[in-house]
Amino acid sequence: MIDRTILKTVASIGFVAALLAGCSSSPSEDDMAAATDVYGRGESARVDAADDRAALRGESGDDPLAAGLDTVFYFDFDKSELRVDVRAALDEHAVYLRNKSGLVRLEGHGDERGTREYNLALAERRARAIANYLSIQGVPNSQIETISYGEEKPAALGHNEAAWSKNRRVELIYLD
Amino acid sequence: MRALWLVLLIGLAWSPVGSAQLTIEITEGQDDPTAIAVVPFEWRGRGALAENIPEIVAGDLQRVGQFSPIDKEDMLGFPSQSSGVFFRDWRAIGAEYVLVGKISQASASDPYVVQYELMDVYRQQRILNKRLRGTGAQLRDIAHQISDDVYEQLTGIRGAFSTRILFVSSQSLGKGKFKYQLKLADSDGARPRTLLDSAEPIMSPTWSPTGREIAYVSFESSRPAIYRHEVATGRREKLTDFPGINGAPAWSPNGRYMAMVLSKDGSPDIYVMDLGTRALTKVAGHYAIDTEPAWMPDGKTLLFTSDRGGRPQVYKANVMGGKVERLTFYGSYNARARYLPERNALVLVHRADDSRSFQIAIQSLETGTMQILSRTELDESPTVAPNGAMLMYATQYKNRGILAAVSVDGSVRFRLPSSSSDVRDPAWSPYLN
Repeated sequence: MIDRTILKTVASIGFVAALLAGCSSSPSEDDMAAATDVYGRGESARVDAADDRAALRGESGDDPLAAGLDTVFYFDFDKSELRVDVRAALDEHAVYLRNKSGLVRLEGHGDERGTREYNLALAERRARAIANYLSIQGVPNSQIETISYGEEKPAALGHNEAAWSKNRRVELIYLD
Repeated sequence: MRALWLVLLIGLAWSPVGSAQLTIEITEGQDDPTAIAVVPFEWRGRGALAENIPEIVAGDLQRVGQFSPIDKEDMLGFPSQSSGVFFRDWRAIGAEYVLVGKISQASASDPYVVQYELMDVYRQQRILNKRLRGTGAQLRDIAHQISDDVYEQLTGIRGAFSTRILFVSSQSLGKGKFKYQLKLADSDGARPRTLLDSAEPIMSPTWSPTGREIAYVSFESSRPAIYRHEVATGRREKLTDFPGINGAPAWSPNGRYMAMVLSKDGSPDIYVMDLGTRALTKVAGHYAIDTEPAWMPDGKTLLFTSDRGGRPQVYKANVMGGKVERLTFYGSYNARARYLPERNALVLVHRADDSRSFQIAIQSLETGTMQILSRTELDESPTVAPNGAMLMYATQYKNRGILAAVSVDGSVRFRLPSSSSDVRDPAWSPYLN
C-alpha cells in the first residue's frame, strides 16, 4: 500500500519536473505552446499529487521556519526554471500551507545585468514558477501572493558572478 | 595660492554627505574643438554673485566636446563689451570666438541684467548681442540660456543646456534595507533636489511631453504602482496598481495617452491608457515578456522589448493593433529602445553574440548597422537629449552606479559620478524653455 503511494508520488513529481522543464525562461515559440498545453493537463493532475502527499505525510505539516527549511530559492542566469535541489524544501512548504490557511508571499529578484524593466519581468517569471509549483502541490492560489522586485533589492551588492548568483532568487515569506 | 587650497579643502570637508551631488568628469573630447574665450563678466555691484556665469557657460560648452574654452590665465585682457575686443589679441592666443558680458543691478531689489555679446574673431564681427534678466536664483538658468544661444549660433543645432534630468539614487542601509530617492537636477548635475523619498524601490522615471509632469513606478505601498506627479507642485496621482507588474510608463507625444506594462493577465503585456478616461487598450499581448514601450514621434507606433522569439529583441506595433514587426536581429540581447529622429535610428541596450557586456548602441533603421557607443560592461537606460546630440545612460564606475554621457557620434564622453550613492535610471527632459 505504502509502496504504491510512494510510486504514485514519484510519478507525480516526475510529471511536475517535466512540466517545469517545459517552462524555460527563453523558450522558442513552439516550446512555449507545448508548455501551455501541458499546463492545461497539469491542473487536473495536481489533485492526485496533493492527495498523495497528504497521505504520505499525515495531516499536519511542521512549522517550516522552525524546521529550518530553506526560504530562498536560487536560479541560473537568465533562467526561471526551478533547480532540482529546491523541490524538497518547496514540498515541505506546500504541505504546511495546505494544512494551515496561512498566506505566503513570493518575492522575485534578479541580477543587475541587462535592463531594469526586463529584469523585473524575468524576476516575476521566477516568482510565478515557484507559485505554480506550490499550486501544483495543492496549495490554493488564494494563499499565494507574488511580487517582482527585479534588480532593485539586491541581496549581495557586488558586481560579479558571486553576487549575481545570490541575487537571482525568490524569497518565500510567511505573512501570518 | 595657499589660501585657495584652504578654501578648496573647507569646501570638500563641508560638502554634504548623502545629497547625491553629481560632479562632472570629462573623459574624452573631440580632436579639433573650436576654441572659444569666455571672458569673465563685469560685475560692479556689491558682494560676490551667487553664480559664476562665464564659468558655467564654459563648462557647458566644454562638456559637449565641440568646444575648448580658453584658460583665463591665457587671456590678454578682460573686456566686457564688443568695443573692448581687439581681434588681433584674441587671434594671437588662438581664440576663434570671444564671449564677453556684464552683469548689473539697478538696486538690491531689482532683477539682475546680464548683457552679453559673441564675437567671431576671424570675420571680426559681432554675431550675438543679447540682454537677459532674472533673480539671483535664476543666474544659473541665465548661464544655461547663454550656452544654448551660443551653441545654436555656432552649430546650427538648438542647445539643450537648460534641460533637466530625472534619476533614481539608492543607498544601502544594511540588512537588506535601502533608501531610494527620485532626484531632479540640471542637465549638468547641479542643483539636485529630491522629489520622492522611499524605503521601497522607485523605477522608470519619465517626462510628459511638456516637461510639467513626470511619471514613475513606486513600490511605496509595498506593491508596484504607476504615479503621475506635477513637478512644480508635487501633486501626485496613482494611475494603476493592478496585481503584478505596473511598469515602464511612457507618455504619448500629444500627452493624452500613457503606454505601460501590466502583468495582470499573467505575463507582462503592453497597454495604452487614455489619461482622460483611464480606459486601457492592450497593444501587445503575448505569453512571452513584452516590456519597455517607447513611442515613435507619429504617436501611433510603439517600440517595445519582447522575448517572444526566444531572446529579448526590439519590436514595433501599431497602437490600433495589427502586425508586430521585429526590428533588431544583430546580437543576443537588444532591449529598451528609444527612437532617435535625427538619425532615423534606435538607441538601445545591446549585447553582441560573443560578448558578456551590455552596452549602449545605435542601430540605423535604414541600413540596420549597429554602432556601439559605450565602452563599459553594465550599461543601461539610455536617454537622449531633446536636440539629439548627446545621450545619457547608467553604468558602473569604481563599484558604484553612475550616470555617463556620450555624444551620438561617439566622439565625446563624460561621467557624472555621485558623491554618496548609487545613481541610475536617468531621464532627460524635453525642452523646458
